[in-house]
Amino acid sequence: MLEPINVSLESLNLITLAPMLIAIAGALTILIIDLINSKLDKSLYVMLTVLVLFIDFGSVLGLNVNERGFFDVMLIDGISIISQLMIIGGSMIFIPLALTSKRFHEYSYPEFFALFLFMIAGFQFMVASDNLVLIFVGLETASLSLYTLIALHNRANSYEAAVKYFTMGALAAAFFAMGSAVVYALTGSIELYKVAEVMATRLHETGLMIAIFGSSILLLVAFSFKLSLFPFHTWAPDVYEGASAPLAGYMSVVPKIAAFVVSIRIFGMYIDLGLEWVRWTILILAVITMTLSNIMALVQDDVKRMLAYSSISHAGFIMAALALDTTEGNTSIFLYYALFMFTNLGAFTMLWISRHKKRRFNKRYDHPYEKFAGLIQIMPVGAVIMALFMLSLAGVPPFSVFWGKIYVMQAAVNSGYIWLAIVMGLNSAVAAYYYLKLIVYMFLMEPVKDVDMVYYNISKPLMAIIGLATLATVAAVFYVQPLISYLYYMISASGY
Amino acid sequence: MENMLSILVFFPAVAGLLGFVVEKESARMYGVTVAAIEFALSLWLWFSFDMSNAGMQFVEMIPLIPDFGITYYLGADGISLFIIIMTTLMTLIGMAGMSETRNVKNMIITLLFLEMTMVGVFVALDAIIFYMFWELSLVPMLYIIGAWGGPLRIYASIKFFLYTFAGSLIMLVGMLFVAYTYHDLTGVWSFAITDWYALVLPVDYQLWLFAAFFIGFAIKVPMFPFHTWIPYAHGQAPTIGSVILAAVLLKMGTYGFVRFSLPMFPDASVMAITPIAVLSLIMIIYTAMIAYAQKDMKQVIAYSSVSHMGIIMLGLFAMNAEGLSGSVFQMLSHGIVSGALFMLVGVIYDRRHTKLMSEFGGLAAVMPKYAVIFGIMLMAAVGLPLTMGFPGEFLVLLGFYKISPIMTILAGTSIILGAVYMLRLFKKSFFGPLNNEENMKLKDLNNRETWSLIPLVAIVIWLGVYPKPVLEPIDNSVKALLVFMDEKAITKEAKDMILVSKSNKGGA
Repeated sequence: MLEPINVSLESLNLITLAPMLIAIAGALTILIIDLINSKLDKSLYVMLTVLVLFIDFGSVLGLNVNERGFFDVMLIDGISIISQLMIIGGSMIFIPLALTSKRFHEYSYPEFFALFLFMIAGFQFMVASDNLVLIFVGLETASLSLYTLIALHNRANSYEAAVKYFTMGALAAAFFAMGSAVVYALTGSIELYKVAEVMATRLHETGLMIAIFGSSILLLVAFSFKLSLFPFHTWAPDVYEGASAPLAGYMSVVPKIAAFVVSIRIFGMYIDLGLEWVRWTILILAVITMTLSNIMALVQDDVKRMLAYSSISHAGFIMAALALDTTEGNTSIFLYYALFMFTNLGAFTMLWISRHKKRRFNKRYDHPYEKFAGLIQIMPVGAVIMALFMLSLAGVPPFSVFWGKIYVMQAAVNSGYIWLAIVMGLNSAVAAYYYLKLIVYMFLMEPVKDVDMVYYNISKPLMAIIGLATLATVAAVFYVQPLISYLYYMISASGY
Repeated sequence: MENMLSILVFFPAVAGLLGFVVEKESARMYGVTVAAIEFALSLWLWFSFDMSNAGMQFVEMIPLIPDFGITYYLGADGISLFIIIMTTLMTLIGMAGMSETRNVKNMIITLLFLEMTMVGVFVALDAIIFYMFWELSLVPMLYIIGAWGGPLRIYASIKFFLYTFAGSLIMLVGMLFVAYTYHDLTGVWSFAITDWYALVLPVDYQLWLFAAFFIGFAIKVPMFPFHTWIPYAHGQAPTIGSVILAAVLLKMGTYGFVRFSLPMFPDASVMAITPIAVLSLIMIIYTAMIAYAQKDMKQVIAYSSVSHMGIIMLGLFAMNAEGLSGSVFQMLSHGIVSGALFMLVGVIYDRRHTKLMSEFGGLAAVMPKYAVIFGIMLMAAVGLPLTMGFPGEFLVLLGFYKISPIMTILAGTSIILGAVYMLRLFKKSFFGPLNNEENMKLKDLNNRETWSLIPLVAIVIWLGVYPKPVLEPIDNSVKALLVFMDEKAITKEAKDMILVSKSNKGGA
């Protein structure tokens, strides 16, 4: 006869679940509203989504640091709070991009917004747990929603993108499951803090190294897919190209933040255990990723594909910071993404508002460089703003990404990896070329004569988002200080 | 005014922003007025400057990112003061004498932003703020070369940008390492250059860091073998672009050596004397020979400008007051003289749309005013006594003579070689028979051109005859710098090498 299980409601600490539940409840509300009246405009759903996210944001802000809840599977530490805030913040500036002046297929479905909120709940579960199973569930919830969001764009190459992403994602999920299984077999636990304890005691057993090695490699492969690290990055440019421009910008930031948080938890643990080869594997992958994708970006003919490769390269940059496994290194990950988010989303939005229904410049691409030729004469303000985003991405001070870059490099120098800082510097110099290429097209080339209107898809909400992104890019120097001290405090409070 | 320097830095930027509103036809007058006000402000800086004080003046300090040690920290000393004045002067003159008619408004706005970054570089005392202005200065120049340049303009502008950008990123890593070392020793993050001065680094650190900073600065100077971007940049740039590039942007590199490399790494600097002197000599002689081989007037001036940058580099590493002061003075004279020469070449290019020497001959007969001014500037470039080119070059050679007489003699050939190619240029274009039909009816300098060049002629002669008002404050700061380097050096060789000119210490 089993003992009856006694669980008090207080020990569950359900407040830790509140943010995710808010997002899920919001999604269900949207679906119900659609049942009641199916003729409502997208602007209603956009605003509802923003409001739900607003409440979600508030509820995350209200959480206490270092709490566990719900049978101890939820872990609310500093990095889970800041990453949730960034995920929600990024989503809040993403979703108004649906309010274009032209109609697009996906936004006529309220399911788009419901799926979007489900996806955010998935990401939130992913970052707010150190239980491998819950991480897996969050990851899959988010990924499946994301695949659908891509496919909803309703074009031949968005289907291609969705299927490609789905296949790769499924492969990654399999690797993750296998890696977790090995970890469980080794330690009898799927909670990372227990895993770390058990592994530390068994580290010196002969013959066990191969299993530890295997588990770390399987998990690393899984996250390399998600973070688009070499050699598992090949899906990224195609998927970004197939997805709508804002969604591509979103994918280059928010899912990666979530994946980075889990990577910090898992690989930080391995490195803390003193397994130097995990560090070196990550470092080498990171260096190859940033270098190779930089070189690939040089030869692209399409701005969107160029930005796709550039965001792979930025991910490589940040992965190198992860390998440092210092508080500064981890702070730099979040700082970089917080700054990169605005600039990158801004750049993709500039592509979005230049989107036409038909490909008017090139049969193969939506956004070839020629499209932006001589933009300074057609739309001076648009050209200047786009140039600001490009300079920021290239790491020209005082624009936002520069501060992230310098912090990452400083973290590398502080940990004694001066060669890494130099590699990063050289990579930035290579990267400057392809960002510059767009600036050269916009400012120094003559416009293609027979084409009149580049910014076709523009509307007031989109202009507001671009204005916000520009402001965040230009005025970065004034908010970097509070941002660093907040991030540093939160990360050191959770012991990373 | 305590915040004089901030005003000096941001006035052109604010004016540039407001310039978007100004009507196209009036943009030029707007730009000239703004540049004149900026020049007046920089003169005010000079008059309120305390000549007897060798340290930093007009210091401003606002913490920007205290957790990371980044401060908005500005200041000027005798070394930077005149470079700032030269910057504002050359911007004003360049703008006033500009003959560009395409897209003037964009050009004016770009120039005003460029002026902000240039002044910013010379007053920044925080490494990150310095780096910020340093990098930002590339963008307007890229646009100027790329939008108003010759047929190869895009190639030239990208080459210019990428070369400098790559070099300065290496320098950035160096800066981060210094900041890290500073934090390691003191427990405080700081990017303030004056804080870094207090840092006594072991010799091997110094050597590596010197190398990192060297790459950043040497590309800008441009030192041999990093000079390959400059013929393209000058060849393709419009006149105003070349003027600013030669007069101011190149000085950023040499100024960087004075501000960073010498005081921070005295031992490494002493060890680097010979390699740098050899590179400078190659630069002086080799580019002078290339200049001789050019058919294009502008390329002659461009290579001669590189050749004279070699003299400045040599003076910086003379490690005594004569060499350093001469070198800083030479920066000013190089700025004014090469700027004026580029403007003069621009004048003839506007009339004939060619710069080939073979197209000209006997110009002195049809354009007497032009020939006179060209001649004076040419003499100044060669370093004729009683022109501004002389005191600097003389002091540099005098200073370096204490290091190595042989190298000094070799460097002295720059005067001879300079005279050879410059006089050849002058002979081919201005004397001889007036054969070419098209040259017969050329108009002499118009009022705008004359009045933008006359002030430069006046300065060239004034400072050639009586350089003291400028040399004295420079000398003060330079001596303070040398005393500081001498105290800070840890190796005996360095202490012996850095001459705190004993005669100067006691007496004058």
